[in-house]
Amino acid sequence: MLGYLLKRLIQMTLVLWVVSVIVFLMMSFTGDPVFMVVPIDASDAEIAQARRLLGLDDSLPVQYWKFLTSLLQGDFGRSYVFRQPAMTLILERMPATVELVLVAMALAIAVAIPLGVYAGANPQSRISRVIMAGSLLGISLPGFWIGMVLIYLFAVHWGIFPSSGRGDTVEIFGIRLSILTWDGWTHIVLPAVTLSLATMAIILRITRAGMMEVGRQDFMKFARAKGATRGDVLYKHGLKNALIPVVTIFGLQLGDLIAFATITETIFSWPGMGKLLIDSIYRADRPVIVVYLMLVALIFVVINFLVDVIYMLIDPRIRLK
Amino acid sequence: MTGFLASEFFHNYRRSASAIIGSALMAAFAFAVLAGPFLVAQDPYDIASLNLMDSYKPPVWLPGGDPQFWLGTDGQGRDVWASILYGARISLFIGLVAMVASCTIGTLLGLIAGFYGGIVDSVIMRIADIQLSFPSILIALFLMSAVGTGVDKVLIALTAVGWVVYARTVRGSTLSEIEKEYVQAAKVAGLPNHKIIRKHVLPNVLTPLIVIATIQVGTFVLIEASLSFLGVGVPITQPSLGLLIKNGFDVLFSGLWWTSVFPGVAIMMLVFGINLFGDFLRDELNPRLK
Repeated sequence: MLGYLLKRLIQMTLVLWVVSVIVFLMMSFTGDPVFMVVPIDASDAEIAQARRLLGLDDSLPVQYWKFLTSLLQGDFGRSYVFRQPAMTLILERMPATVELVLVAMALAIAVAIPLGVYAGANPQSRISRVIMAGSLLGISLPGFWIGMVLIYLFAVHWGIFPSSGRGDTVEIFGIRLSILTWDGWTHIVLPAVTLSLATMAIILRITRAGMMEVGRQDFMKFARAKGATRGDVLYKHGLKNALIPVVTIFGLQLGDLIAFATITETIFSWPGMGKLLIDSIYRADRPVIVVYLMLVALIFVVINFLVDVIYMLIDPRIRLK
Repeated sequence: MTGFLASEFFHNYRRSASAIIGSALMAAFAFAVLAGPFLVAQDPYDIASLNLMDSYKPPVWLPGGDPQFWLGTDGQGRDVWASILYGARISLFIGLVAMVASCTIGTLLGLIAGFYGGIVDSVIMRIADIQLSFPSILIALFLMSAVGTGVDKVLIALTAVGWVVYARTVRGSTLSEIEKEYVQAAKVAGLPNHKIIRKHVLPNVLTPLIVIATIQVGTFVLIEASLSFLGVGVPITQPSLGLLIKNGFDVLFSGLWWTSVFPGVAIMMLVFGINLFGDFLRDELNPRLK
């Protein structure tokens, strides 16, 4: 177990290193950041000066070495636009994104698991067919388009929910949260629904497939034979065993939600780190893009690791080499 | 042809509602894309054929609608229906070309990795592993932000995220194929490696790719639409369905919903059709279920 953890830790570091090389190379071959920091009427001498300050006249390996060492020392550079440390900017906006992603995930699970169990237990019923067609529609929809339709119907047309922003927030341990105020809830409903649809459809399909697989097993027949109630058979015996593939997908989906949050946040002007990324891409604000990518890479690597560990805990048959 | 009509595949196809609806939607889009310019009077790219007097007309069933433009017009007097027909061309073109490119590159790398093994295999598969731990949309978004907008660049970004799934699948099947007797026999007979790969291994690893390739066209259409919606996809001179939605989003708050809602319906029908048909193919081609 300890050996496995150590091996995974080395692997994770390696992945992050590869990501840092790729991010660095892509960033150095595109555009010249010097024009982001000098005034439009800067003289050649000023441009050369700024270039020297940014370290852009070093050779690529030297630049990469500086980039890597400063990353490791926790110096992530300053945003060209905000003139603030890029890390601070992202960390300020991270709670908003995490909040949105978690609400969307909770919503997806709350809807998808019961529907998936039903559709898996009654594959031939008319309702199951409707559920499955709906879920296929869910993965065929462009998420941003759903967000737009929701904005049009609920914000522009009926005026039930606001179309942008986070609303009132409450500060807890220095982190601003929307989900603790009524106004915050009205703001989070539309973006969370938009973000959750695709994940909902995928979890639903996996749950159904797992339930159908489990339904053929002897222990399910036995549970029925010993007189367990239908609900107990489905949820205590069936779902518990059908959950293993759901857990793997859950990790992947969390990653997808973080990625798609960039689009959802842009539509709903949700002030999270995804919107900051898109804004920074427009403004060619390189340090912010780099920090976002490295941070998100770290998050993904950690999520994948946790999924593997949980996987091992819920199914001891899986031997990890 | 009579062989096909009598086949089990066709028999199941006729009995599957999702297969028929799915292929009907795909056929409708193929027709719209090929015949598009002949179906509408207006060329949305030809500024001379636009008339500002026609701008912001609602769909024909709403007050103020004009029968000439049954889905309404946008701010430049461009027919929404004509824009959709032309936009679907770009979306579908990107989806198909990127799929073919991903499939070719991924299959080639998968064959090489599976057949030769060793260091080549490790390098290709480690790259695949790293890439798979990140969502495709984020990788594509990052690549586009680095290289800028353009149809060619979208194709490169999609291919860069799309090859992995083929490489992994093909490598897996190649590993099991090269253990089989016919490949061993071909080796003993002294055939060169490239011939064994091309004539013996390749035809036997292709079947699972059909399903992946079908579904991937839909995925690519969606990713391209998302990129274009964010403004890092196709340029405004070549508006795909995603870019049409983005342009419509800018006027949504004035209540002009039709310029963005209908292109979205088009994407939804296209991808839904592809996914329905892909589901049917998966059930048909997966020998485990039979």
